Amino acid sequence: MIATIEIQRQKSRTDKPYKQTFAVDTGSRATVAELIERINSEQIPEDPVTWERSCKQKKCGACAMLINGRPRLACDARLYEYGEKPIKLAPLKKFPVVCDLMVDRSTMFENLKDLGSWLEENSGEDLTGDAYEASRCLQCGCCLEVCPNFYAGGKFFGAAGLSPSSRLIAVSEAGDRKRLYGEYGKHFYRGCGKSLSCKDICPAGIDTEHLMVNSNAAAVWKRKFRAGKKK
Amino acid sequence: MINIIGAGLAGLSAAMTLAEHGIECTLISAQNSERAQSVLAEGGINAALDTMGEGDTTELHFEETMRGGVQLADPIAVRALTENAPDVVRKLASLGVPFNRNPDGSIMLRSFGGQRKKRTAFAQSSTGKMIMTSLIDEVRKYEARGLVTRFPHHTFVRLLTENGECTGVRVSDNYTGKMYDLHGTVITAGGGLNGFFPGITTGTVTNTGNITAVMFAQGVKLANLEMIQYHPTTIGIPGKRCLISEAARGEGGRLFSEKKGDELYFMEERYPELGNLMPRDVVSREMFFELRDGRDTFLDMTGIPADTWQNKLSDLRKEVMDYMILDPAEDPIPVEPGIHYFMGGIYTDPSHRTSMPGLFAAGECACIYHGANRLGGNSMLGAVFGGMTAAKSAAQNADKSAGADCSEFTGKDAFAVTHSAVFASETCRILSSGLGIVRNESGIKKALAEINALPCANDTETARKAVAQAMLYSALGRTESRGAHFREDFPETLVNFRQTTVSEYNGGTVRVTFDDIPERKTDDSNDRDTAAEKPYR
Repeated sequence: MIATIEIQRQKSRTDKPYKQTFAVDTGSRATVAELIERINSEQIPEDPVTWERSCKQKKCGACAMLINGRPRLACDARLYEYGEKPIKLAPLKKFPVVCDLMVDRSTMFENLKDLGSWLEENSGEDLTGDAYEASRCLQCGCCLEVCPNFYAGGKFFGAAGLSPSSRLIAVSEAGDRKRLYGEYGKHFYRGCGKSLSCKDICPAGIDTEHLMVNSNAAAVWKRKFRAGKKK
Repeated sequence: MINIIGAGLAGLSAAMTLAEHGIECTLISAQNSERAQSVLAEGGINAALDTMGEGDTTELHFEETMRGGVQLADPIAVRALTENAPDVVRKLASLGVPFNRNPDGSIMLRSFGGQRKKRTAFAQSSTGKMIMTSLIDEVRKYEARGLVTRFPHHTFVRLLTENGECTGVRVSDNYTGKMYDLHGTVITAGGGLNGFFPGITTGTVTNTGNITAVMFAQGVKLANLEMIQYHPTTIGIPGKRCLISEAARGEGGRLFSEKKGDELYFMEERYPELGNLMPRDVVSREMFFELRDGRDTFLDMTGIPADTWQNKLSDLRKEVMDYMILDPAEDPIPVEPGIHYFMGGIYTDPSHRTSMPGLFAAGECACIYHGANRLGGNSMLGAVFGGMTAAKSAAQNADKSAGADCSEFTGKDAFAVTHSAVFASETCRILSSGLGIVRNESGIKKALAEINALPCANDTETARKAVAQAMLYSALGRTESRGAHFREDFPETLVNFRQTTVSEYNGGTVRVTFDDIPERKTDDSNDRDTAAEKPYR
């Protein structure tokens, strides 16, 4: 099949965005990530599209971008999902553009510092059984892109803050809990409007609603909730 | 100041260790830690915790690591690794890594290749991701305290050197293109050489191999470059090979080959004791021979019980279903060996010093623990323990460079220009032709001739070409078969070749020599040298 790809490009944060369209002859099971690589090496080697990628198997979150308006990992988007229609690629909108499809996601990592996302004491028994699920978070930013409550620079850190918090709440001992519970309330619970758009969009398929239920129970309602504990 | 290049498992481990000792460091990486290749590690991490009632010991872990590596690793380093492994895993558990647990709360262990006892701690089959998440948080604590300063979108350009000593590192900011010189001792944890084989390994794209290549061009010695691990069970997915964890076999998966309806469980047939869990070099070679005979190779996981799928392999099953549109619990899946790990790399001593004073190496970029073939579960152990050890050694060196700083470099640097995609794919084609699972002199010589004729457009390409040449010269010079290096024209393993292959770049020329292993064991009774692989049968 001949796939048509329209890529939004931008030399730098201050330059004006423009669009460039490419046609690629490929199989329908190819991924958008493969197409960008092919376009770069075959069609525009002198001026390749700048983007981030690393694992190419949905495990690192590097290649998050807007694909036909929806935040996704380019390595997870197969052409057959889009039929004959042109595929439009654009950078994530909630982060400043560095160049082309590459955005600066530093705000996510700064937020985790503000959240105090670490343990001061040795971990204890996994209280909710959520540590595994929560540890799967890729920090890709897709959840923040669709969240109606998140904006860069705000106090609410979105599901990208929820997952690390839930992990720590799950494994923390008494000495860490007060701090973690407080930060969770401040940076997640109070700002979340429960749209749950994060749950639908997460490329790792993390059940953010489940994490939220258990973390709310522990941090807000102070219930030693053991529901969902896996044996 | 100590500068750490690479923010994967080894780099994070080094940063954590330095910070715990109150020593400041920088942590330099082209992308954030979440994008590091370490998150792809699956099956687990080895430690003789002996929680399964099998009487496992660190001594046995030592012996099996040495034997799996066909006695090519430095026994002093391997002993330190295996003796400290239980503490390493306990430390990770204390950071909240959700290891699978036994009913009594102890860490559950699973079977892995080349090991007679259950020794591999795991978190389903996403162990790398789980450990990384916990370590990232731990290092974040020290970032907040000002002990660790991240350079999270910065690419390595070159080492700064003075009279043959490493005095710092030059990095380039991916966002602005500006270059900075960071002065002080350097620990490199830049990852393996999979970037020399783009598209055909289980690794990441970010791992280009340029860090090691540039260091080689700057005079850092490399070792055992011919030792390339092909993982027996990989599947082709868009743009790369995808690993099917050894955990699949550890939990009961079986390999078979098939031709016209005739099924042969070749590993169980030929290696009755360890069967499907022979070391990776042996399994991949047997698969190669099956494939060469026109027999397709499959991994049969249909006998794995439902609760094992749910509690230990749920992620693996989902991955296979995503990519193959097959449920591995219902049907065998076609698998083939794929390039997975590089036992060779920067020549590193048991303290993780390299040949260049002021430069230390840890993780997959370092040649130290795995000899001629790495056991599954030893890579994450080597990365975490290696990072810790390199940090301690570097800390002793760092006093000399106290008061170090960071300054912008406004000149031009020849290594700031990267290699082209065409150069990379051409190198890959040539190297794969000469450095397959089964090798011979004419194949290696043909590849060498092609590599020698390969034109280079910049200094980075020249450095990469030198590493490629060193890989091929190493394979040519080792006229025996050992571990991952199998020469069909020299199929025997020879005691005289129990030596490290050392590559050096000097004045535009690559030179490969053999070095004695520092502590050669006098007792050869447990050595695969004398009777090739027969003791395993």
